[in-house]
Amino acid sequence: MKEFMFIIRGGQEEYNANSPEEMQKHMEHWQRWMGGLAEKNQLIGGQPLMNEGKTLTEGGEKVIDRPFAEGKELVGGYLIIKADSLDTAALIAKECPSFEYKCSVEVREISPLE
Amino acid sequence: MVSVLIKIFGTENIEMAEDVVQDALVKALETWKYRGMPDNPRAWLYRTAKNKAIDIIRRNKHSSVIDFSDPQKQLLTSGYTLTTTMNNYWQEEQIKDDFLGMMYACCHPDISQENQITFILKILCGFSTKEVAKSFLTSEDTISKRLYRTKEYFRKHKIKPRIPASEQISLRTHTVLSAIYLMFNEGYNSTHNDQLIRKDLISQAMSLCKSLLSVKRTQLPEVYALMALMCFHTARINSRLTEKGELILITKQDRSKWDKEFISSGQKYLNKAAFGKGLTTYHLEAAIAYEHCNAKEYKDTDWSKILKYYKLLLKIGNDPIVFLNQCLVILELKGPKEALIALKNVENNALLKKYYVYHATLGEIQERLGHNTKAVKHYQKAIELTQSKQEKQFLKDKIAHILN
Amino acid sequence: MKEFMFLFRGGDEVWNTKSPEEQQEHMQHWQQWIEGIAQQDKFISGERLHYYGNTVMNDGKVIDRPLTEGKELVGGYLRIKADSLNEATEIAKGCPGFEWDSKAVEVREIWPEK
Repeated sequence: MKEFMFIIRGGQEEYNANSPEEMQKHMEHWQRWMGGLAEKNQLIGGQPLMNEGKTLTEGGEKVIDRPFAEGKELVGGYLIIKADSLDTAALIAKECPSFEYKCSVEVREISPLE
Repeated sequence: MVSVLIKIFGTENIEMAEDVVQDALVKALETWKYRGMPDNPRAWLYRTAKNKAIDIIRRNKHSSVIDFSDPQKQLLTSGYTLTTTMNNYWQEEQIKDDFLGMMYACCHPDISQENQITFILKILCGFSTKEVAKSFLTSEDTISKRLYRTKEYFRKHKIKPRIPASEQISLRTHTVLSAIYLMFNEGYNSTHNDQLIRKDLISQAMSLCKSLLSVKRTQLPEVYALMALMCFHTARINSRLTEKGELILITKQDRSKWDKEFISSGQKYLNKAAFGKGLTTYHLEAAIAYEHCNAKEYKDTDWSKILKYYKLLLKIGNDPIVFLNQCLVILELKGPKEALIALKNVENNALLKKYYVYHATLGEIQERLGHNTKAVKHYQKAIELTQSKQEKQFLKDKIAHILN
Repeated sequence: MKEFMFLFRGGDEVWNTKSPEEQQEHMQHWQQWIEGIAQQDKFISGERLHYYGNTVMNDGKVIDRPLTEGKELVGGYLRIKADSLNEATEIAKGCPGFEWDSKAVEVREIWPEK
């Protein structure tokens, strides 16, 4: 079993334009999806990120008061899961509820350093 | 090697550590059979074990099997730091410390001495359960149970293998030394084995003690003293048994067979033991053993010096067996009458009454006094009480000698 | 205490041009940095990511590369504890990735659990 990280990007604006009820419903979808992964012993962890952030650049000398990438490329959260291959992981990623809000999910293998 | 792995996986996962070592050894044998022994087999084994440990950590990093709460161990859970952290665990100095740390864990004061030694032999000396069982002349089942109990204790109390802090070190080291000395004595004068001398136990005990002396924090006077004592005893091993495996008393031992190298290293250790204040029983016992080694012939033994050491020993602890030995010195120095008077002091001691040496000593005294009937009776009692074939034979010979 | 996530951007190109000794020495610096964080009881987790990956786009299409590449590629992450975004940013300044070609460290607060 390998480990993969899902980097979930974009969709924040669409999500924020929703009514509290719809947000609630969306969170329930998340709950159900992650619960399902956990039951299959595929889930390791995952959390959403706040929209604000800071970025260090130029060798750590310069600090800017926003995330590195914004808009469609703003990282909104991550998930770490277990899967046999990158392709299986991508199949799992397809089910991510954030697609309801036009996000994209980057699937990356966690590197065992050698 | 297993100590390092136990430190990594925790004392609650000793089997895991043992499995890794086992796997590494199996792999080594398989690989070396075809490709020959590598230039540095030790490094090869370490590397193999390390890689296996990394695999196990990766597989278990999200489970609660291994406790990663320690900041150092937390770093094992991240790909950024796993390899580097793992390498740091395998530094030569670190390995030494871990070995000692495990020794202190095995000799936790709450664990019975029997279990301490069982565990040391299994985990640190690499004995198989079968070999440990043979050492104790007991079943493998009993040994497995003892090992299990100790492992449970570790698990329950989350015992960490480490060298104790300086304020505890002398007390904790004392417990470790007791276990080492008991192991040594079991080798030197095996109580329940057909073999009277077990060189494997002797060399294990000495190498454990030596490893304590290889690290500055544990170079205590008491450790040097025990090392000296064991050297003096070991020097005489080859003269203690006849070719048939019968016991030869110190009076009749061939002193040219005594190992001069062991005697001189014993002296070196004894000199080093002289710093600091504490005069321990090991210091005195070593001094006594040295006096024996120092005498060219039995008749040259300096009994008055030895008697002085015995008196000091009895001041430290009123041990009836030490007292009994003192009576033997009195016997040599002042004759059987005085010795008999001294022995009257302990005639009601329950422990001594069950100890064959007590009856053998009485036999010897009575024999020298010319009380042959009494002497034979005491020797017979001694024969009943010892389990060693060689001792029994030795006492039977004495009776035969009187009756002829 | 809040939780933060560092996203390391760019910087995996130089890695392959270095000798194993240089790589090992560089990883020693990572070790020291993260150990310092762990000793303050502020380290949670962190992983390096393989440079390859798949991305599930918002239309469900799967492309066989990370969404952002080159200098924007997410090379790894670290989760830490800190009292504020500013404190977390200070910690991020010590990131050894800046020794080589790391482009930026993005510092993001994890969405607090309700």
